[in-house]
Amino acid sequence: MVYAALFYLIAGLTVGCALGVALSRNVVYSAFALMGTLLGTAGMYAFLAADFLAVVQILVYVGGILVLTLFAIMLTHQIADVEVSNRSVGRLPAMLIVGVVGVGMFTAMFRAPWKMVEPGEPLPTTYGIGESFLGPYLLPFELASIVLLTALVGAIVLSRKEIRD
Amino acid sequence: MRKFADSLLNGGIFDGMPIELGYVLVVAFFAFVLLNFIMLVAGVTSWLERRVWGRIQSRIGPNRVGPQGTIQWLADGLKNIMKEDIIPEEADAPLFKIAPYLAMMGFFATFAVIPFGDGLVVADLDVGLLYITAVTALVVVGVLMAGWASNNKWALLGGIRSAAQIISYEIPAGLGVITVVLFTGSLSMQSIIRAQGWEPWNWFMFDNPFLFVAFFLFFVSALAEGNRTPFDLPEAESELVAGAFTEYSGLRNLLFFLVEWGNLYVIGALCATMFLGGWQIPPVTENPFLLGLLQFITFFAKSYFIVFVAMWIRGTLPRVRVDQLMTLCWKYLTPIAFVNLLGAMIWFIVFPHGFLPMRIAMVLIGGGIFLYFLSRVMFHLRRAKPEMHLSPLA
Repeated sequence: MVYAALFYLIAGLTVGCALGVALSRNVVYSAFALMGTLLGTAGMYAFLAADFLAVVQILVYVGGILVLTLFAIMLTHQIADVEVSNRSVGRLPAMLIVGVVGVGMFTAMFRAPWKMVEPGEPLPTTYGIGESFLGPYLLPFELASIVLLTALVGAIVLSRKEIRD
Repeated sequence: MRKFADSLLNGGIFDGMPIELGYVLVVAFFAFVLLNFIMLVAGVTSWLERRVWGRIQSRIGPNRVGPQGTIQWLADGLKNIMKEDIIPEEADAPLFKIAPYLAMMGFFATFAVIPFGDGLVVADLDVGLLYITAVTALVVVGVLMAGWASNNKWALLGGIRSAAQIISYEIPAGLGVITVVLFTGSLSMQSIIRAQGWEPWNWFMFDNPFLFVAFFLFFVSALAEGNRTPFDLPEAESELVAGAFTEYSGLRNLLFFLVEWGNLYVIGALCATMFLGGWQIPPVTENPFLLGLLQFITFFAKSYFIVFVAMWIRGTLPRVRVDQLMTLCWKYLTPIAFVNLLGAMIWFIVFPHGFLPMRIAMVLIGGGIFLYFLSRVMFHLRRAKPEMHLSPLA
């Protein structure tokens, strides 16, 4: 009963903040609303007894990506009131795409064979995740590292100034 | 604390209450107790810090309110509560108002996993260390929000500096933490303490040379993450007025300072947990209450020693420049931390169960450095010939 209330509170926070991200006119407000969404998602993970995932969600998304986003926004000139020059063009196609994707997602949600687990004592997940990363999923893990490294190198190449003498 | 809550709910005074509601009430109660504890710790730290600086700068410091000024912090708090809460007209009012609470939340959440004794911890999370690193991120967002919402260029610069600094120094600090995790195989704060012993040569700091280096890496990075001098660029008075907090007044300003002083204690507690053996004490008594008290005192003394060192550093060193700050992090601390981690891995493979002669040698080396340092300090104290009376309680 109480847990259900807590769950709906956190779910409401997540969805409400997500709406705030999408509908806010001010980019800075959107960015701060994004923080609510990310924290809410971490709360969902905690409800699913995925403690490691919840903490990493906060660490990576709130602590890293959100702060960098804020950085970019705040260092950009007059980002608070952006002039969108063609407001009318994109609306209809956007609604179409959202509709198609939405129908697809809802179908997937209702058709998926959800695996129901009886609630019980949460078990530590860290060991299992570590074992999987260095065991059966070593190759995908290393591939993800290479993708990230490439992105880093690419960012440096794009942003550095050519030094000529 | 989970066990304690269970014992209260099953057969205790709250028997028969719906179990979920019971848990929620227990959590609320612990949060209340911790909040009061944090206020006390932050307040007393603020007073102590001002007295320590006073001594270092050859002046007295606050000594009027209460005996030796011990309740100065209470007077300061009351004064700040009664002050007018000014919100600048051009500021972004909602964000401006939320920001201090966000920072406060991020800092307060860390206390949930700090182990004050064997079993004296609110939640011994399985991912405790990672959790502390994660929730501290909320402080960054709070400071950035304060800086932007103030609509003041100094505040914005301060906020951005703070965020850049914390993100950069998270890497060497995290690598220092990982070195410890490598030797315990657990992220839980209690298991890390249980893996150590009460004797100094069973502390992780003296376990091997790599952990010794990791301690200093972590301590320096934690000082930078806590915006402490010599890394307090976000509020460099000579450059940025007061950084992100420039426009704040009254209680909201006080909350930011609470976070700063409270964070100092968190740094001390983390160092004590990971490197100095935490609450481990020699087996002197069987009485569980007395044992708990002794453990609490041990943990508190160790963390306050680190806090005192941080104050000492603040009173001694000048502030670094922005470029020096980033150079130190990216060109020195981060590479050293990576090499150190590699070395620690090799050590772990060669001596999976530790190597006692090296531990004792490390204790001797550490003690030697400390004694040499102390003798230098005493030499300077004797040679200083200060005008003022040098008794600590003058």
